[in-house]
Amino acid sequence: MAHAAVHDDHHDAHDHKPQGFLHRWLFTTNHKDIGTLYLVFALVMFLTGGSMAMIIRAELFQPGMQLVQPEFFNEMTTVHALVMIFGAVMPAFVGLGNWMIPLQVGAPDMALPRMNNWSFWILPFAFTLLISSLFMPGAGPQGGWTLYPPLSLQGGNSVAFVIFAIHMMGISSIMGAINIIATILNMRAPGMDLLKMPIFVWSWLITAFLLIAVMPVLAGAVTMLLTDKYFGTSFFNAAGGGDPVMFQHIFWFFGHPEVYIMILPAFGIVSEIIPTFARKPLFGYQAMIYAIASIAFLSFIVWAHHMFTVGMPLGGELYFMYATMLIAIPTGVKVFNWVTTMWEGSMTFETPMLFAIAFVILFTIGGFSGLMLAIVPADFQYHDTYFVVAHFHYVLVTGAIFAIMASVYYWLPKWCGNMYSERWGKIHFWMSVISVNVLFFPQHFLGLAGMPRRIPDYNVAFADFNMVSSIGGFWFGASQLLFVGVVIHAVYFSKNRATSRVWEGARGLEWTVPSPAPHHTFSEPPKIDNSMLAHGDVTH
Amino acid sequence: MAQTQGAYYVPHGSHWPIVGSIGLFSTVIGAANLINGGHGLTAAPLMYLGLAIIVFMMFGWFGTVIRESLSGIYNNQVDVSFRMGMMWFIFSEVMFFAAFFGALFYARMYSVPWVGGEGHGGLTNYYLWQGYTPSWPTNGPGDIGGSFETIPAWHLPLINTLLLLSSGVTITFAHHALRAGHRRALLVWLAATIGFGVTFLYFQATEYMEAYQHLNLTLGSGIYGSTFFMLTGFHGMHVTLGAIMLTVMWFRCAKGHFTRENHFGFEAVAWYWHFVDVVWLGLFVFVYVL
Ligand code: HEM
Ligand SMILES: [Cu+2]
Repeated sequence: MAHAAVHDDHHDAHDHKPQGFLHRWLFTTNHKDIGTLYLVFALVMFLTGGSMAMIIRAELFQPGMQLVQPEFFNEMTTVHALVMIFGAVMPAFVGLGNWMIPLQVGAPDMALPRMNNWSFWILPFAFTLLISSLFMPGAGPQGGWTLYPPLSLQGGNSVAFVIFAIHMMGISSIMGAINIIATILNMRAPGMDLLKMPIFVWSWLITAFLLIAVMPVLAGAVTMLLTDKYFGTSFFNAAGGGDPVMFQHIFWFFGHPEVYIMILPAFGIVSEIIPTFARKPLFGYQAMIYAIASIAFLSFIVWAHHMFTVGMPLGGELYFMYATMLIAIPTGVKVFNWVTTMWEGSMTFETPMLFAIAFVILFTIGGFSGLMLAIVPADFQYHDTYFVVAHFHYVLVTGAIFAIMASVYYWLPKWCGNMYSERWGKIHFWMSVISVNVLFFPQHFLGLAGMPRRIPDYNVAFADFNMVSSIGGFWFGASQLLFVGVVIHAVYFSKNRATSRVWEGARGLEWTVPSPAPHHTFSEPPKIDNSMLAHGDVTH
Repeated sequence: MAQTQGAYYVPHGSHWPIVGSIGLFSTVIGAANLINGGHGLTAAPLMYLGLAIIVFMMFGWFGTVIRESLSGIYNNQVDVSFRMGMMWFIFSEVMFFAAFFGALFYARMYSVPWVGGEGHGGLTNYYLWQGYTPSWPTNGPGDIGGSFETIPAWHLPLINTLLLLSSGVTITFAHHALRAGHRRALLVWLAATIGFGVTFLYFQATEYMEAYQHLNLTLGSGIYGSTFFMLTGFHGMHVTLGAIMLTVMWFRCAKGHFTRENHFGFEAVAWYWHFVDVVWLGLFVFVYVL
């Protein structure tokens, strides 16, 4: 957390920062400080959620009950997912947005800096609440991150705490998203037209819209859970004319856009990194924007592909199957454009580029397994098996998390002024990319063979692949400690100073300010000339 | 296009957000303990303490913003940011209500007919709820909460509709008066708006009392009671909040905080009031009339 504080000496004299550690970090209205807070918080949550995953993989190392009670196992799967989604991936993207959007559009700060502080400072409280629920009488939440009733309502005191924690996370996300939209629409420097904006900014504009549209729906859904449990309503009770399946519809109306909330900023990041290291402009800039926008639109009308087996009418199954498959088209456009950007580029393979290329390949695998799941008759077989677990970990770990790793390596020199160790970055990359496949690829086979998800014990027939997967899991977990080491080394110990451009092929306003970026940048709007921008020469 | 007029105003650090977080944290812990049946200091008292902290935070935070605004350090760009903030906040509120309207439509169009054996619900009905004929209003095949009657649409709800519609007109008159610089008329129209809002709330409370005491219509009356009270209840909470904000605006107008050109606070509250109004129209049609 203190990392920026140690660079006081690099900063220009006009940098006035509030004095005192607590004062600075608690009261800050500076987008860079708040971005750092978000990123550090996300890393802490990533390690917390990761430890829970280690417990899960340890229990699954062999068939039979090994280490933990089934109840505790269920708590681990539930809280692991909630922590990773709402605590690690989403805050990491918001932190990146905070740091980079003002720098990329030439703004002095976020549009609503005080609210920005509040968006962040709700999160530590929300997660204290969530994690404390594990220690409550009647145990923690065990119904899975999807919180399906009636199971999720059968918990003890923790139900109310978990629901309120989710409300707080939602408030934080909505305020963060409002801030990002206002910043992008209102704070761009003169000359930064919408169609000259970096793709990362575009991806966040659309993501922020998704967030504002669906987080309140999640709030509504969990509020209904709360009143069903504590105030006698019958939303999800068939005896009263309600329907547990109704919860699934409302939840997934939030849930599917939510998975895109976790991947669209990643698309943006990869679209920044690949052109830099291929030393070629992004192929099809506008097509990339349209693709993101159409994915976002489609994400609102495909939710029930998570519910093919609940007994929907046939027309519903068919509609949701075909609508889901449509998403493959804009997604295919994006993958094509990334590959084409690399085509005949003069490529170098620094760590950010390695992660970005791995993203393209491995995310595509996740996309393909998604297509398999979208086929209704096939999903009858795959649903609630490890095949689904493999699918979403390919899109979320090798997708979202890899993009976040890539972006940290890419922008860290801009943030702290030092280069990270390329050698250890590469070691981290190769360890991660190999272990993650050892971890998740066998889960496809487990799922196809019929191993259900969310259970602590399994048939001996599944033993071998589970052991392989667990070994991959421990290996992947340990590799992430390297990442922590690389970051700490770069921030505090590296003697290798970064230039302001950092990467030879980098384009965009963020590379015109010194490294580390001074505490206040663009206090006067920059004079933009198109050659500074990655997409300055787009004609329209 | 982004517009920049002079240097942008970036506020100094603020302690209000962290105060707000502590308030929120205390409120939800207190509330959770309370609904879990807790009695001691960590239940209701903690919740009220938290709410008090949140109110304190709002006075402090908005007070700071008002002082800054009056001292003239905000420029047009800050104003646009505030406007966008409010617009998108209202959009998020719309989506919150959408979830509950969605539940209402789903229950009426699907889940109730299905347990009644329509569509592909034949077997469900045969094995689980034989003899249940779907209808609306309903408290479901289990007769949850016992039989009840509904509030007739063309009495109090109709009056309430007229009240809210009128309040939408009076707040527009108030806005015109503000723009024309007629402070007396502004205060009168604004007071009328508040009056309509408060009367609305009074009738709403009467209606709830009638429902609970005479009609046996409660939050526990199956899916009808659930959707009825959650939709009208959340709406009523928004009307209450809106009326409080209007009252604050009344005092700010009386103190002369707003100029003919510069009165974002007033406009934000007016937007919010119109939003509450529109939600009510949805409620009137789908909850009371149909
Ligand atoms: C081509 C694109 C995609 C398609 C066609 C697709 C399709 C599906 C389908 C049909 C399921 C339900 C499987 C089941 O439960 O039986 C599913 C689950 C899931 N997908 Fe995807 N998906 C795609 C991309 C993504 C992306 C980009 C993400 C996130 C970044 C994602 C995250 C998830 C998650 C988290 C689940 C499991 C949720 C749960 O049940 O806990 N998917 N996907
Ligand atoms: Cu989905």
